[in-house]
Amino acid sequence: MASDHIVGIDLGTTNSLVAYMEGETPAVIPGEDGLNLVPSVVALDGENQVIVGNAARKYLIETPERAVYSVKRLMGRGVEDIQEELNLFPFRLADDLQPGEVLRIKIGERSYTPPEISALILRQLKWNAERFFGGPVKKAVITVPAYFNDAQRQATKDAGRIAGLDVLRLVNEPTAASLAYGLDKKKNGVVAVYDLGGGTFDISILRLHDGIFEVIATNGDTHLGGDDIDNLLITIALDDIRGDLGLDVRRNGEAVALIRKAVIEAKIALSSQPSANLDVELPGGKHYRREISREMFEQLIQPIVERTVGPCKQALKDAKLKPAQIDEVVLVGGSTRIPKVRQLVENLFARVPHTDLNPDEVVALGAAVQANILGGGSEATKEMLLLDVTPLSLGIEVAGGVTDKIILRNSTIPASATQYYTTQVDGQKNVAIHVLQGERELARDCRSLARFDLKGVPPMPAGMPRIEVKFLIDANGILHVSAREQRSGKEAEIEVQPSYGLTDEQVEHMLLESFDYAEEDFRQRQVIEARREAETILAALAKGKKNPAWHELTNGDQRKIETLEEALIAVKEGNDYQQIRGAIDALNQGTMRLAELMMDSAVSTALKGKAMDQTDLEEGPAAGHPVAKAEFE
Amino acid sequence: MRATHFCSSCGKVQPPVPSDFFTFFGFPRKLELDTGALEKEFYALSRRLHPDLFAQANPEERAWSLEQSSRLNDAYRILKDPIKRTEYLLRLEGVELEEQSKQATEKARATGEVKKQAVPPDLLEEVFELNMHLEELRMQKKLGEDDPALFEEIGKAKLSLDEKYDALFNELKAQWKKWDAAVDSGTEEERAQILNRMLDVLNRRNYIRNLVRDVNEALEE
Repeated sequence: MASDHIVGIDLGTTNSLVAYMEGETPAVIPGEDGLNLVPSVVALDGENQVIVGNAARKYLIETPERAVYSVKRLMGRGVEDIQEELNLFPFRLADDLQPGEVLRIKIGERSYTPPEISALILRQLKWNAERFFGGPVKKAVITVPAYFNDAQRQATKDAGRIAGLDVLRLVNEPTAASLAYGLDKKKNGVVAVYDLGGGTFDISILRLHDGIFEVIATNGDTHLGGDDIDNLLITIALDDIRGDLGLDVRRNGEAVALIRKAVIEAKIALSSQPSANLDVELPGGKHYRREISREMFEQLIQPIVERTVGPCKQALKDAKLKPAQIDEVVLVGGSTRIPKVRQLVENLFARVPHTDLNPDEVVALGAAVQANILGGGSEATKEMLLLDVTPLSLGIEVAGGVTDKIILRNSTIPASATQYYTTQVDGQKNVAIHVLQGERELARDCRSLARFDLKGVPPMPAGMPRIEVKFLIDANGILHVSAREQRSGKEAEIEVQPSYGLTDEQVEHMLLESFDYAEEDFRQRQVIEARREAETILAALAKGKKNPAWHELTNGDQRKIETLEEALIAVKEGNDYQQIRGAIDALNQGTMRLAELMMDSAVSTALKGKAMDQTDLEEGPAAGHPVAKAEFE
Repeated sequence: MRATHFCSSCGKVQPPVPSDFFTFFGFPRKLELDTGALEKEFYALSRRLHPDLFAQANPEERAWSLEQSSRLNDAYRILKDPIKRTEYLLRLEGVELEEQSKQATEKARATGEVKKQAVPPDLLEEVFELNMHLEELRMQKKLGEDDPALFEEIGKAKLSLDEKYDALFNELKAQWKKWDAAVDSGTEEERAQILNRMLDVLNRRNYIRNLVRDVNEALEE
């Protein structure tokens, strides 16, 4: 049934993708523009319409104050955590932000929380999948960096809910990648997945065992990736421009956006070329030009790339393994295309890493595999089971501000721990618990997850109540807490104050579309899209009728096309998108001969030399036959 | 007992029954454990209890699977580790090792004192000497001096501690054998005696571990 499609989504810092299992193989679902990657960019156009993906990229340069990128860096973070981000990225905090509130980012005159912005990206992916399947999509598996903490995971889950998706599972990105890799290999052994993406770094070490993918250790840095390289190059360029050209464009959003675009292009070029040229036209017409050699680039990024070494060593240590005991190394994430990064991984593990799958797509493909497993499995996945771990230790604050660790990092999830609490004074009704995540000794150095207030403790002398509190980390890596007073057997009420998250009520309030209306919303959107397409083809036909090719058709053919045209006009304003699509297809079929005739005349025009540039770019006989090509010149 | 995790007629997951980790796996409360068999059983149970298998089930079954599989993972984590397994058994048998040390830790924290641990008598002399050396090393470091002979002394002491540490583990394993035999045919008194001996071994082992950590820190400082 169409409504049962479970998709796998890679919600990336730079790009996002949606994939599904096509029979026994995972495949990425392209967007309307035919491209697999949806840039994680959200913009508002002049009419405050939300634009997502490739179409939103131009706003980064034209109206940078109306567009955001890399919002994943802000997920589950508080204002005090993102000071560095605020310096390096053009994020603008909402002016009316209250202390303790989840942060909001301005896009144009509006402001959105990071989960809401992520939800807009997810909604776009959902729409892409719905267009592809021709039916609503309600369930998804979403990937997160393995090293994401509880708050970051919760924020991602909230984003899914806001987008109208039932998030069946959050899967760690490197683990998802291993699923995509392991699908056809079915080998046993130890695999290390090195995942350096746009904004996050993860290293995971897994043991593959007859279809069981058991993560042994994971480590990482949720603020390390290609973005850092871009920002470094931007900073250098801005300094150059100030020094050489005497211009300070640091506060000029458009100029910074242009420089960013140029350095990213140069970075990408340097993965396959020995040098790259920067050429940016600055406001006022001056040009910033610079050549960067691969050698210089590698020196510059050395400190950033080196930051991945520590987590790799720690993961190996936690797994109690030597590099030589790793059987295979898999590279994931766009930044692993950089030769310097590959070299570092090769040295670290003394092994040539695998790169057979596209590092941009492998996580989404793995998410699709996991979605398939959750949906009941298929021939390809029926033996597969993922056993993941929690990346960070869970602790509670005890006397003296010290963290008492109750679930250690790299414990297989789901995992649980039970703690007992009592009261300090007679008749005390509440007990406060502060839950933390992290490896440090002192509570203040760990991440505060939430403060729980156990309420309704039956009045008893101090020390008498015995409150059992159960901490459970689920398969998504998200914490759940329940409590019971043992002497009375009474379920204690827990009031949670997430340190950095949205409350359930807030999420409810933000829902982009209600679940119940998903079917209706889908239908309406299809009608709108079909109508838009009908208008495009009708306009094209009107133009075609003015083309000399029209008169090459027989009267009968002309009459047939006009009948189909009238039929489409007749159904276009109706509410049945399938009928509209049917009429579009019929008209498309009927005008094939006309299109061919028009194409022939266009080609003959081109051959006369009027559209040389276009001909030159084409990979056709022209490109393969220098003699023929010479004729045009 | 693992049969209780599933319905006997339909094989579906059942609500968890309170049980200890040994019982969860259907093992007797013995300490010499075939870790290969444990691992095999862990994978087999994972394939039946993991929440991934219940993503489309009703909320009740989902909740049971979550609870059962967290219990499975907790049990596996404890039982596969020889020290954690021993400590867990001691606690099951009513020996309060963690509570005591925790109380001591919290008391020390509250009073701001460094937690004092009783030195095992047979180590007294060695520990005394080592502490002197460590003190000397810290003094020298402050003065920027470097005495290779002192390093060598400390290195030798550390080696001796490492050996003792390993020997204690072997001693613990010998106690396991005794315990396992006593489970089948020993008296209450015999069992209590073995438990006490194991507690003693663990305490000594912890003491040495902390000592080695101090030495490593002093050498690195």
